[in-house]
Parts: sequence; structure tokens; C-alpha cells
Amino acid sequence: MTALVTIEGLTKRFPKQAEPALRSVSTQIRSGHIVGLVGPDGSGKTTFLRLIAGLLRPDEGGIDVGGFDPVANAKEVRARIAYMPQRFGLYEDLSVEENLNLYADLRGLVGSARKATFERLLDFTGLAPFTGRLAGALSGGMKQKLGLACALVVTPELLLLDEPSVGVDPISRRELWRMVSRLTDEGITVVWATAYLDEAEKCETVLVLSEGDLIFDGRPTDLAARVAGRVFLIEGIEGDRRYVLNRARQHEAVMDGTIQASHVRLLLNENARALSLASIGAGDEARLKPVAPRFEDAFIDLIGGGFRAESPFAGGSQRSHDIAIAVEARGLTRMFGSFTAASEISFDVRRGEVFGLIGPNGAGKSTTFKMLSGLLKPTSGEARIAGVDLRTAASEARARLGYMAQKFSLYGDLSTMQNLRFFARVYGLTGARQRLMIERMIDSFALTDKLNENSAQLPLGFKQRLSLACAVMHEPDVLFLDEPTSGVDPRTRREFWAHINAMVTNGVTVIVTTHFLDEAEYCDRAALIYRGQMIALGTPAELKAQAASSTMPNPTFEDAFIALVEKNEAETSP
Amino acid sequence: MWQRIYALIVKELLASARDPQTRWVVLFSPPFLLLIYAFAITQEVSDVTLAVYNQDHGNASVELISRFEGAEVFDQIIHLRAGADIAPTIDARRATLVMRVGEDFSRRLERGESAEVQLILDGRRSNTAQILLGYSSRIVETYNRERLDRLRATAPVRLVQRTWFNPNLEPLWSAVPALFAVLVAVVGFMVSALSIARERELGTFEQLLVSPLRPFEILIGKSVPALLIALTSASAMLVLGMLFLNVPIRGSLALLFFGMVVYLAAIVGIGLFISSLAKTQQQAIIGLFMYMVPAVLISGYATPVENMPDWLQGLAAATPITHFIVISKAVYLREAPLWLYFSHIWPMALIAAASLLAATWLFRRRTG
Repeated sequence: MTALVTIEGLTKRFPKQAEPALRSVSTQIRSGHIVGLVGPDGSGKTTFLRLIAGLLRPDEGGIDVGGFDPVANAKEVRARIAYMPQRFGLYEDLSVEENLNLYADLRGLVGSARKATFERLLDFTGLAPFTGRLAGALSGGMKQKLGLACALVVTPELLLLDEPSVGVDPISRRELWRMVSRLTDEGITVVWATAYLDEAEKCETVLVLSEGDLIFDGRPTDLAARVAGRVFLIEGIEGDRRYVLNRARQHEAVMDGTIQASHVRLLLNENARALSLASIGAGDEARLKPVAPRFEDAFIDLIGGGFRAESPFAGGSQRSHDIAIAVEARGLTRMFGSFTAASEISFDVRRGEVFGLIGPNGAGKSTTFKMLSGLLKPTSGEARIAGVDLRTAASEARARLGYMAQKFSLYGDLSTMQNLRFFARVYGLTGARQRLMIERMIDSFALTDKLNENSAQLPLGFKQRLSLACAVMHEPDVLFLDEPTSGVDPRTRREFWAHINAMVTNGVTVIVTTHFLDEAEYCDRAALIYRGQMIALGTPAELKAQAASSTMPNPTFEDAFIALVEKNEAETSP
Repeated sequence: MWQRIYALIVKELLASARDPQTRWVVLFSPPFLLLIYAFAITQEVSDVTLAVYNQDHGNASVELISRFEGAEVFDQIIHLRAGADIAPTIDARRATLVMRVGEDFSRRLERGESAEVQLILDGRRSNTAQILLGYSSRIVETYNRERLDRLRATAPVRLVQRTWFNPNLEPLWSAVPALFAVLVAVVGFMVSALSIARERELGTFEQLLVSPLRPFEILIGKSVPALLIALTSASAMLVLGMLFLNVPIRGSLALLFFGMVVYLAAIVGIGLFISSLAKTQQQAIIGLFMYMVPAVLISGYATPVENMPDWLQGLAAATPITHFIVISKAVYLREAPLWLYFSHIWPMALIAAASLLAATWLFRRRTG
């Protein structure tokens, strides 16, 4: 196979940034492949795609797309590629068909060719029944499909997709993936940028970017093979698996550890021969079971291991024992006009539990989450935080909860210190206690060097830390996390969960929404919300067991999720 | 509770001070606008032709006219032969002002009586007319003083002005207080209308709503900084007005600032109301202009409120700008009687109370 794109020593700097966004990257992209472009936010993925598309001028090095330079021969290159940016330029006030028409006009596609193309694309994307619907009224997944259709109005040789699966639920993600794989069968080359490592695993080749450096270029299986024989599951843990994980993470033989339902997944050091399970307090029944490595294990290995330090929150003050039930949802229902966004949702969350709200976008998990945290008044039903009704004593109830939003939502114009001080005051911390808690947050999250920087200018990992610091400074009983680690690199995600786990050990209750299903593994219990209903509730292991079948004896959480949703659809449709 | 509000106020002020855009839009640009507008008004005076119709043949009138001829403002002097020429001269813009000296001018002065000089100004160029009137008055005053010194005469020349097309011409300075009122409103509107919408857009608003802050606490925490910022900007405008435009403040500064606080409370209330309605900053800006432009137009800034139809006058009375323009003019230029002052304070206080309550109410509704 021939190389469609050849890149030599590509470097791109942006003004006012000390480090280049891309540092002498050289690679080849072969025709007819799906190439995964992997890396955390800010690692240079978008810059890379925009350079290939000719939207940016390289500082050093060269790009060759099918014999043309993207800047000098912009016209030739543009005729050959289609680029779908992260937020594709759909006109939300135009219908699906009008959007397609617009892009067809722009690309000069007319007459019978246009008709045939539209038919093919609408069939391909499954959007045919929705041609009259406004683009703004589509779900996240459907928007991405429409974006893809608009990008494919003229069949390109090279398709550049910038994180097409962000904000898309697992079902739509799979559909999107299937659609794109079909394109490669037609000979189109695809570059798929993603922060999801499980997507990268499915690509033919992957390019792994980290802080502007290309750290891996090859087949994902080759990368995974590097850690073969070093990945294990600890099964049969007695007691708290979070405690075991915490001990294991800090063990010298361990590179990385994560929670996988009731087990702990470990990546051992290259030279490690054995790991005594007794030394990490896993209990007598526990055993180490070798498992097949995943791309993520290899990725963590590549970047030198996961988060290994002790969380400063470990051994902190215990939260009050006087309550057993931290959060109660009683028949929570919310109507928007005649549309029921959430219907009769009831559950209890015990003190010191990590509880997940899981579901596709628009299914009602955010609505439920907002009712629980007091952002939205329920149409009927009630929510109690630590026994306090949110309707009658909202301010008091809110003082006992901490909240971390999906998007960075601190004040970008304020410095790190000013943000900390603001939230300390708002949560009623005064005098010596205020100083003490701010001091503790600065130490815990290593913010000392960043105190006077505007928080908007902080690197993503620090933003994440600062958001968490502001949410937990007042030692809340209940912590609400809305998609807390989407777009964050795997190591920061591990660090984040190490802190959360330490707090949970202290008795903090955590409610987390996510459609990032690896994250759901950290939950003690999870509620699956679909079409406004709670369709399943249980531990991750229970949910997986419910979905297990003869064809799929060992489902992943994502498999389980999809199976449960499909089962529900089969039951409810006549 | 007070600590929470204090926290919010500090945060708002810091955020405004640290954001270069806000700093520019809010603190620096309005005083500049004031200067630019004011200079634009002043510098309109150019290419002025004075027409003289002298029916008098005595020395006194010749002396007075020669002073006008010697003044720098008048680029050209033309002499009219008949009273009937006056109207066509103004109509055809051959002259901006006509000075008419009656036939008994010198005779009356010699007899020790007061004599009149008539000035006819082209009111279509009202700003120029105002300025020329100022010049002419000074020329006549100087003439009077010197004549009195010389002759110890008791009867001065009186200037009788007639401004055609715009009979009740007000002095130049009246433009600055009105402009000041409008610019203060612009600052207050901008700061408040953007504040909630911006937080909503950036997602920080939810962070506030899950904190123990209550809706009315957020509202107070949003109004006070907006008010302080607008007051700072206003003070800068006052100082600039005195230094560069030579517009002095004759009335009580305390009354002006008290009036301004009430005024800004009303402005900020309306701004926050608009902000609570908007989902994005763009919507807030559009909403703001939909309110602000008509409000300024009916406020008496451009045309006198008395000349408007009754229903429009009613609307004008519901606009804080209308009231503050009166107060601003009154306090700026003279010692206003207190009854006049307070008759415009209470409507603004009422608007402030109503709009702030409405904003709180809307805000509660919008937050679920």
C-alpha cells in the first residue's frame, strides 16, 4: 500500500506558548487505513489535523498529501480531503436537508448527482426519517452523523475526523464507528482523532501524541504486546477494593492500577517477578489472574506509569456518622412542557458510596443529576441531601454538597488563589480555618507554582485539580461529579480517582454521571437511565451479569450498557 | 450571608479589573466617548459668515460692529441693505447669524438709555448657533464694560437674541450633562446585562447555584459591583468634563452622587433583568440594545420630552434616563431646588425597586 500523506519533521508553534504544539513529527498515513490519532486534550491532535487540511502553516517540516503541499496547493488538497472539526459547522436553525443542501452548494454538487448522493448519505447515516428536523433538535450522535454526511457530500480521498465521538453515547459511538469502517472499504483513508483509548484499539494504526511529541506510531496490537504477561486482575478481594488499589498503586512492583467492577486491574513492572497479595491487604481469598493487555495498559506503560503517590486526602477527617443514607431520590419527575425528561426516579445512596448515573445523552441522567444537586426543581417527587430537603432548606443543603461540572467552570479571569479564596468564602470558611483549608488544597494539589496564574491559562490537568480543590475545600458530605474526566489524559484520570477514592474512604458520598464507561467501573452501584426511566440499578458486576448471554459471556461495561438498553427497547416497543 | 455576598462582590470586581476587555469597555471608553462627543459638538464652529444690517449711523454702532469684524470666529462679513434681506440670507445659508442694529441705537445710548442689538441665528445648526451666541454675548459684554468705564454711562447695550427654527436654545453646557447621563447608563447597562449571561454561557453560573448562595444574595452580589464600577467610570467622566471641557459643577456634588446611586440602581436592575432573560452574552447585548436605544431616544436627550405625545411622555417617565438627565442638568449647571431634585429621585427609586424585584423573581424562575 502506498502512503497517501507523508509528513517530515513537522513542527508548529503558537505565539505566547513556550512549548511547541507539535515537535518534529514524522510519519506516513497509508491509503485505505483508519489511523487513530490518540492523545489527551492539548496534546496536539487538532493542530495535526489542521496542518494536514492546510488550515495552519507549519513552522518547520513539510506535509505532502497525494503529491501536493496543503498550503501551496490548497485547491488540489481541498478537493481531495474532507475535514470534520470537533464542533462541525452545522447550522442549528436549519433542517437536516437544508444543511446538506448548503454543503452541496458549497461543494458545487448539483442535479441528479446531488440527488443520488443525498439518498446514499441519508441511507448511510440513517437520517432519512429526520430530513425535516432542525439540526439543533438532533441528539449528539445524530448531529455527528449529519456532520459526517455534510463532510462526505463529495467523496474524499482522505477524511479527517476530530474527536467525532465526544459527547456521543456508546450506542451512537458504535454506529459511527461502523459507518466510518465502511468508508475505508470504499478506499477512503480516515484519520480519527480521539481521547478514548478503546477506540484507538480498533484502528489499523495509531499515532500517539503526548505534549506535541509523537510517542508511538504503529499497530495498536504491537503496542499492547509490549505489556503482554504484565497485566493482571486481582479477583476475590475481601473488604474494600479501593483500599487494595491504594496499597497496590504505591507498591514498587506496580506500574498502574485501576478498579474494574469488584476487581482491581494491575499493570506490573517489567522486572517485577511477583506481587504478594498479602502485602497489599487483598485478603486470603484473593488471587492474581493474568488477563489480555489492553491498549490503555500499554499507553500507561508508554508514558511511564499511572499515578503512584498517596492521595493527600487519605487518612483525612472522617465525615459524620450520624447519617446512613446520604442522598435520597423519591419519585423524581421532571417535565419540560409535555416532554418527560425524567420519570419517577427513586434510589438511595448510602454514605461513603460511589454512585453512578449512566446513560446516553438526552436520556435524563443530567436532569436527574440536576434535580439531586438542586439546580433544577422537580415537577414532582423530592430529593434529600444528608436528610435535608432541597426545596425547604436549599442553602443549608447546598452547603453540604460539593459540585464539579463537566466543563471547566471556575473564573478564568481570576488567579488560582483568587478562585480558591472565592469558593472558601462562598462556602462559609472564615479566618484561620479558611487559611488552613486553602493551604491544604494548595499542598494537596501541588498548586504552589500556579497561584498567581489566571486559571484560564492553566494546563488542563491543573484546571482539573483546581476544580476539584474548589469543590471539596469545604469538606462536603456529598460530592457531585458531572462527567468529571472527559477529555482528560489517563494519568490525570487515575490521579483524580485516587483522590476521590481516598475521600470515599473518609465517608464522603460521591454521585457521578458519565458516559465514559471505564469510569463507571469505579462506582459501587450505578443506575442506568434511558428515555427518562431508570432501567437498571446495581453494582457493575450485577449489571454485567444481567447482560451476559451465551454469545457474550464476559461483557465489558459498555457491552452491558448496550445490551440493557436494547433489551429495554425490545420490551417497551409493541 | 454577608460573607457570601462580600465574596461575590470581591470576585466581580477582581474579574472586571483583570479582564482587559471589561477594563477598556467599562472604565476607559465612556470618558473618551464623552470627550470625543463633546469636541465633536464644539468643533462644529467653522466657516461662519456674519451678516450685518445696520440701520444706525452713529459712532456707537460702528464701534460695536468693528469689534465683531475683528473677532476670529467670523470668517466673512457681509452687509445687508434692507430688512427684507435678512430672511433670504438665513434661508439660503449665506450667513449663520445676522446682527441687526436698530436706527435709534447710538441715539439711545447717548441719551443714557439702554439700546438693543438683535441677533438672528440659524437654528438648524443649533450647536453652532449656541456657540456663536456665546461669543456674541461676550463681545457685547466687553463692549459694555469698556464703554461704562470710559463714559461712566449707566445704560448698557442689551442683546436680544432670536433664534429662528429653534426658539428655546439652551447653552452649550446642557449637552454635556445629558451626554453624561446617557454614558453612565451605558456603563451600568453593560456591566450588569453581561454579568449573569456571561456566567451562564461559561458554565460558572451552575457552580454559583449549587453553592449556598441564595438567589437574592447573587443578585445583590451582582448589583453592587456593577454600581461601583459605573460610579468609578462616572467620576472619571466628571473630572474629565471639568479639566478638558471646562464644564464646572455648580450644584452640590453630594446630591449628584446620591442621585447617581439611585439612578444606577435602576439601570442595574433593568440590566440584570435583561441578563436573567438571556441565555448567552449575545442575547443579552441584543436585549440590551432593544431597550436602551428607544429609552435614550425618548429620554429627552435628543428632543424635549414636553414635545412628545402624551403616551410617549408616560413611557419616558418610566425610563430612569429621563429623570437623571433632568437631575444631571440641574445639579451640574445650577443649584437646583430640592423639590425638583426629589421629584425625579422617587420615580427612579421606584423603577430600581421594581426592576430588581422583577430580576430576582425571574432569576428564581429561570433557575428551575
